[in-house]
Amino acid sequence: MLDSLVSLLESWGVNSAADQVEFLTNPGTLPFAVWETLYAPLAATILAYVIGLPLGILLVTGEAGGIHPLPKWLMGFLNLAINLLRSVPFLILMVMVFPLSRLILGTSVGTTATIIPLTVAAAPFVARLVECSLREMDRGVIEAAQSMGCSTWQIVTKVMLPECRPSLINSATNASITILSYGAMAGAIGGDGLGAMALMRGYGRHQIVVMYAAVIILVILVQIIQSIGTALSVKSDRRIN
Amino acid sequence: MGEPIIQIRGLSKTFRQGDADVHALRDIRLDVEPGDIYGIIGLSGAGKSTLVRCINLLERPTSGTVLVDGKEMTALSPKELRMARRKVTMIFQGFNLLMQRTCLKNVCFPMEAAGIPAAQAKKRGLELMELVGLAEKAEAYPSQLSGGQKQRVAIARALATDPKVLLCDEATSALDPTTTVSILNLLKDLNQQLGVTLVIITHQMSVIEEICNQVAILDSGEIVEQGRVQDIFSNPQTDAARRLVYPGGVVPAQFPAGARAIRVAFNGGTAYQPLIASLAIDCGVKVNILGADTRNIDGKAFGTMLLGLPEDPAEAAKALNYIKSQPNITVEEAADSHA
Repeated sequence: MLDSLVSLLESWGVNSAADQVEFLTNPGTLPFAVWETLYAPLAATILAYVIGLPLGILLVTGEAGGIHPLPKWLMGFLNLAINLLRSVPFLILMVMVFPLSRLILGTSVGTTATIIPLTVAAAPFVARLVECSLREMDRGVIEAAQSMGCSTWQIVTKVMLPECRPSLINSATNASITILSYGAMAGAIGGDGLGAMALMRGYGRHQIVVMYAAVIILVILVQIIQSIGTALSVKSDRRIN
Repeated sequence: MGEPIIQIRGLSKTFRQGDADVHALRDIRLDVEPGDIYGIIGLSGAGKSTLVRCINLLERPTSGTVLVDGKEMTALSPKELRMARRKVTMIFQGFNLLMQRTCLKNVCFPMEAAGIPAAQAKKRGLELMELVGLAEKAEAYPSQLSGGQKQRVAIARALATDPKVLLCDEATSALDPTTTVSILNLLKDLNQQLGVTLVIITHQMSVIEEICNQVAILDSGEIVEQGRVQDIFSNPQTDAARRLVYPGGVVPAQFPAGARAIRVAFNGGTAYQPLIASLAIDCGVKVNILGADTRNIDGKAFGTMLLGLPEDPAEAAKALNYIKSQPNITVEEAADSHA
């Protein structure tokens, strides 16, 4: 069966089809590439939320007229820092963050090393996503909680976060997909996984079969993440079921 | 009368809007006695919502004092204020329920926030759901309820911390008339059963008529009249009060020039009397109905009519004397703005 696939590809004018098919069907290749593609973005998404979730909450609660206003200079600094980090193109940010990767992980190459730049790029993005979700919150409900004598901490943990849960799940889905695509990009600079595979073999060595295979698997991964995220969000929303 | 449960003195609230100061409230003085159902009425923009938020300090007054149950609210520390707010709770026009929690968990929420053990809170929550007549909806989510049911859950939630005062901010304004009456009846029952003092903010005169015993009329941030509902209704002294009290939004300036107008209030006579018809038959006098807003509540006539008297002074006097002689009806001559 593989032979007929190879001859079909060759009849389309694909170069070195036999090599490419052999590479792709090697049992170690794809599972390993998928794992490499997933684990760094997954770790980065978790770390990005550890930093971005509190930041996003601060952006909403700390503004003038929020439930716990913070000094203007602090809010200004936070907003500026987030905007700065968000406006640096990811590939360039990655190079800029290399020293930090080396400092923390002892290396700036390999998939694990991409966790640091991915986190640095994703945390401000996550902060904005969380901010966006929390802003959808009905102010009347927060006022009601205040009228019952809730503290700021109680309003955040018992009112804002649970009430915005469906929206937060949606934005987490968005975040993980974006970070996944950043991760694939990281393949360009020393990362590993499907992105690196498509780039090194597909672009570098004109192995288009490998490139398309990598891309198709990425598309499937994104589909799966999006479907799970949407299903969780809808299932958790008590306003509609 | 004992100590007022709410005592407001010299309260003003100024908002800064761009370069201008907006005076939302000016020098408010208000006393609410324990057990009162105190209505605060005014047109939109009069400052009602700001005033009620100054009582539980959701808005901090620019100046003045707010004494609630013997505590000066403006002097409390943040922690003391949170404690005090458990005794002065609030319901809202938009209900403001937590949409991701069941009704029972909504009712338990203030107790959870106050650190009451979950089992005890649940027991009390079920009692409260029973009290507002929604025991069977305990496990439902707010999105599955009608507006009136949502407000009942909100009322149960507001009662969870055994408040002494319940502030109602346009609590029935989003409801249809039938549901409004049922919610007002519930509030009245709670006032009688639990002795909770009610402060009711509304723009609907009918709400005040229905359940309040005291009323303050707020106009452009100032209280222009306050007192017993009956007194204010039968004899409004200011333009703002008359605008609210006269039926159908008729204002004195719209009265026909030259004619005398009278306001007839039906104060719960045992049944509708065919007043206008009997006036025509018994006295042979024809009057003109300038505006009317009357309702039959439990077989009793309530509401007001604004009547234009005939131009002939003798006929007008005859009609006035006839109407004055009827039981359960009060008559007041409307000020002639054309004079």
